[in-house]
Amino acid sequence: MNNLQSLSLYWPELILTVTVLITIIADLFYSPKESGRTALWVLGGLFLAYIAIKVQDSTIVTTLFMGNLAFDPFASFFKTLILFATVLVIFISQRTSELDGHRTGEYYALMAIMVFGMFLMVSAIDLIMVYLAIEIVSISSFILAGYLRGDLRSNEAALKYVIYGAFSSGIMLFGLSIVFGLAGSTKFFAIQEAMWNLEGSANFAFTLATVFILAGFGYKISAVPFHFWTPDVYEGAPTSITAYLSVAPKAAGFALAIRFFNQVFGDGGSFIDPSLTTYTELPWPQLLAALAVVTMTLGNLVAMQQNNIKRMLAYSSIAHAGYMLMALPTLSSQGVYAVMIYLVMYMFMNLGAFFVVIYVKSQGGGESFDDFRGLGWKMPIVGIVMTIFMLSLTGIPPTAGFIGKFYLFAAIINAGPQMYWLAIIGAINSVISLYYYMRVVKVMFFEGKSSETVLVPSIPVLLIFMVLAIPSVVFGVYWTPIANWVSQSLIFFTQVI
Amino acid sequence: MDTSILSWIIWIPVIGMAAIALIPREKVKTIKMVTAVATGIQFLATLGLWSRFEESNGGFQFMERAEWIPSFNITYILGVDGLSLPMVILTGLLFFLGTFVSWNINRAQKGYFALYLLLNTGVMGVFLSLDFFLFYVFWEVMLLPMYFLIGMWGGPQREYAAIKFFLYTLFGSVLMLIAILALYFTCGRTFDMLQLMQTAPTALDGVMFWGMSAIKVIWVMLFIGFAIKVPVFPFHTWLPLAHVEAPTAISVILAGILLKLGVYGILRINYTMLPVAVWWFAGALALLGLINVIWGAMCALAQKDLKKLVAYSSVNHMGYLLIGMAAVIAAGEANGHNLLAAQAGLGGAVFQMFNHGTISAMLFILVGVIYERAHHRDIEGFGGLATSMPIYSGIVAVAFFAGLGLPGLSGFVSEAMCFIGAFPVFKAIVIASTLGILLNAAYFLWAFQRMFMGEMNEKYKELPEINKMELFTVIPLLVITVFFGIYPRPFLDLISSTMNVIIDTVANMGGIAGVF
Repeated sequence: MNNLQSLSLYWPELILTVTVLITIIADLFYSPKESGRTALWVLGGLFLAYIAIKVQDSTIVTTLFMGNLAFDPFASFFKTLILFATVLVIFISQRTSELDGHRTGEYYALMAIMVFGMFLMVSAIDLIMVYLAIEIVSISSFILAGYLRGDLRSNEAALKYVIYGAFSSGIMLFGLSIVFGLAGSTKFFAIQEAMWNLEGSANFAFTLATVFILAGFGYKISAVPFHFWTPDVYEGAPTSITAYLSVAPKAAGFALAIRFFNQVFGDGGSFIDPSLTTYTELPWPQLLAALAVVTMTLGNLVAMQQNNIKRMLAYSSIAHAGYMLMALPTLSSQGVYAVMIYLVMYMFMNLGAFFVVIYVKSQGGGESFDDFRGLGWKMPIVGIVMTIFMLSLTGIPPTAGFIGKFYLFAAIINAGPQMYWLAIIGAINSVISLYYYMRVVKVMFFEGKSSETVLVPSIPVLLIFMVLAIPSVVFGVYWTPIANWVSQSLIFFTQVI
Repeated sequence: MDTSILSWIIWIPVIGMAAIALIPREKVKTIKMVTAVATGIQFLATLGLWSRFEESNGGFQFMERAEWIPSFNITYILGVDGLSLPMVILTGLLFFLGTFVSWNINRAQKGYFALYLLLNTGVMGVFLSLDFFLFYVFWEVMLLPMYFLIGMWGGPQREYAAIKFFLYTLFGSVLMLIAILALYFTCGRTFDMLQLMQTAPTALDGVMFWGMSAIKVIWVMLFIGFAIKVPVFPFHTWLPLAHVEAPTAISVILAGILLKLGVYGILRINYTMLPVAVWWFAGALALLGLINVIWGAMCALAQKDLKKLVAYSSVNHMGYLLIGMAAVIAAGEANGHNLLAAQAGLGGAVFQMFNHGTISAMLFILVGVIYERAHHRDIEGFGGLATSMPIYSGIVAVAFFAGLGLPGLSGFVSEAMCFIGAFPVFKAIVIASTLGILLNAAYFLWAFQRMFMGEMNEKYKELPEINKMELFTVIPLLVITVFFGIYPRPFLDLISSTMNVIIDTVANMGGIAGVF
């Protein structure tokens, strides 16, 4: 579609752009104390964007802006997911004590910019667009990570984030340029076609380029060995932003990786054959499998040794990226389906766990395991809700996390016995993860004594808890709506060559 | 209620749990009453089930079927047969009695009883579900309440015991999950166990995983999952710890029911879905049984803590059961169609499941009684208790005799059946395991002698006698033990049709056993 026609399918992004502008301008008229009200503008904009996505004709599958962006149900799925996550994080941000004394107008505006960037990430089918989208998201998140200007750790987080971000995106850019040199185009489908005709001697260069590009994706989804920024950034950034970083950009990163690998290296997303189909002799499924194993194992082993719950959750989010990565080498629609289901479930449980950390801190507690001692007795509701999130993150039925893992394992097993080893390693990893998740439950309930006064959270806080905890349980028992939504969204734009 | 009785049996405790959630935590008495009523109704329902159960029918009865997640072919299927019915009744009984054993829980009663009821639902669900996914969900639902019940209300080492139990069992169950999924994708994309029993043996015939027979691989993965629960050596190390640290009622449930879940799983799933591999593994199973018998008995002999002794006696008793289970191959062609031996072995194993459930429950309750009074369980620390607590001593004597397999008590019948069944096929193992019986008698008698005979320990001269509430929990179990010891026929009739079905399934595979 040409540029002018594309605009009619570009409403969500246009609305977001206007939202960002309005938010920045509106913030000028608020006093520092009232600055938080900009959240309402952003919420309104996100709501309109959601409506715009909903009213779009979901049968249209095309490209926008001369083949720069794909317009398909797959992208709409991730856009909706990102909107949900953003709205939840905005509500969570209202309840955090860390942002007290900061002007929050820019905070919300930056979040809206990130949403815009992630919308581009999930629909990009051009290498230049990929790079631009990643940068939009990254630069806004650098600022957000360092939002607590007076806090040394927050500053450190931002700086580390910038350095790692610049480094990995530089490497990725290098990889992209090699691909461009080999294929002569920046469009995914043209690259795919070029790879058909590639001579064997170019395989090495392509492998190298793939590894470099993986660095960029791996950085976004915090896969080992591109994860080094994660714990420090997660610990230093405002916890609400940590929660956001662990969910939304990760989802967008997965969307991008899925699109890239399936459409450049795979059979273009038609997924007719569930077996491994790859047009080249590149060992990239094996590469991804190895990455998945290293990512989850390291994430889990290091998470066990943490004494700060925020850091523990950071490493656990690395491990979860590893679980999701397991499904990509299957290169089947089942694998993509599983990752999408997992991301939905993961959003609820992970945001929930971070919100508990935020809430405990705002009640005068801290972030270490010691601060959670006896929490289950002092605040039984928070304790029970946290237990649900921890179980869900471990993947114990009947919780949403189990369903996510169940689909991941099913996709791997379905790929055939040659992949069973991956499932077994994944399964053993979830046993390892039980240890540190249950440690939280242990300090909350097994330690400390029954207290006379019981603290019940205020109504808005309770509501947020319910919005996060109820799906974490209900989707573990009945998840047909999610399964249907995902299976309807499993349509990619493909170009038959 | 007639058609949905199994659902009621499973979900009544959850209704009770919801009711408890609404009761303020100060009203301890009401909470206990609600638990007693919920478990009581459930127990009566299981008895009702028994009265309408057709013994001549070896298949599943009272089946229920409902759609759940059609897109993944997951269904809600329940059913009961001669293998699960005794376990369901035992579960109903022990949870009902366990409520009264827990009467003296003195902190956070609301949480305790809510979790107790959740545990009840999980256990019942495992015994009654016939959809593999549902089975797995219930299997895992048990873990969390157990973790809390041990970790919050247990003894000094409770935290370690709780996490060790959780990690061990979860390790087994993730292997099981992978095996379940492998079965799902190789046998026609279904979790319906009845369908899998039909399709699995043929669908997997000749399929190889990594150069090994798929049947063997899946069998072993499932077996490890269940063996951890049984527990089979070398997966037993969680057991003594968990049993000792758990509060009395939870030890009763652990020993009485949770261990049986593993055996039940092996019989229900490994035996009927992958019967070919039973032939391949039976020898190893009998050998593991022998190790359990000797190892458990030796460990029990070395214990100073009475509760630990009883815990190790479970390892020992599970060994007899494994030997009996292995005897099923006697019915095959290669072993001359010795149907009687197979029936004795398998029937003995299932009977042993039930008997160990009642006897070990009784033993743990009795350990709890003395601990409540003396605040320790050190065997050497007592002496001459028979004079200060004559009634208690008498009951303990019967329970110990039942535990060591004295003729006239139910334990003897089932152990003898296991040996009779296994003798034609595993002569050496059966002969060797008689050493275990000797040790079994030794550790119980020696403990009895040290605690109840000899010189009176002055400290415990004034110990109060066993009270009515405690008697109420022990007497039903005692009666069952004596009754089945003298007249085991009703039990054996109840299970025999189903046992024949299982034996048939396994024996018919004897011909194909050549594939290995």
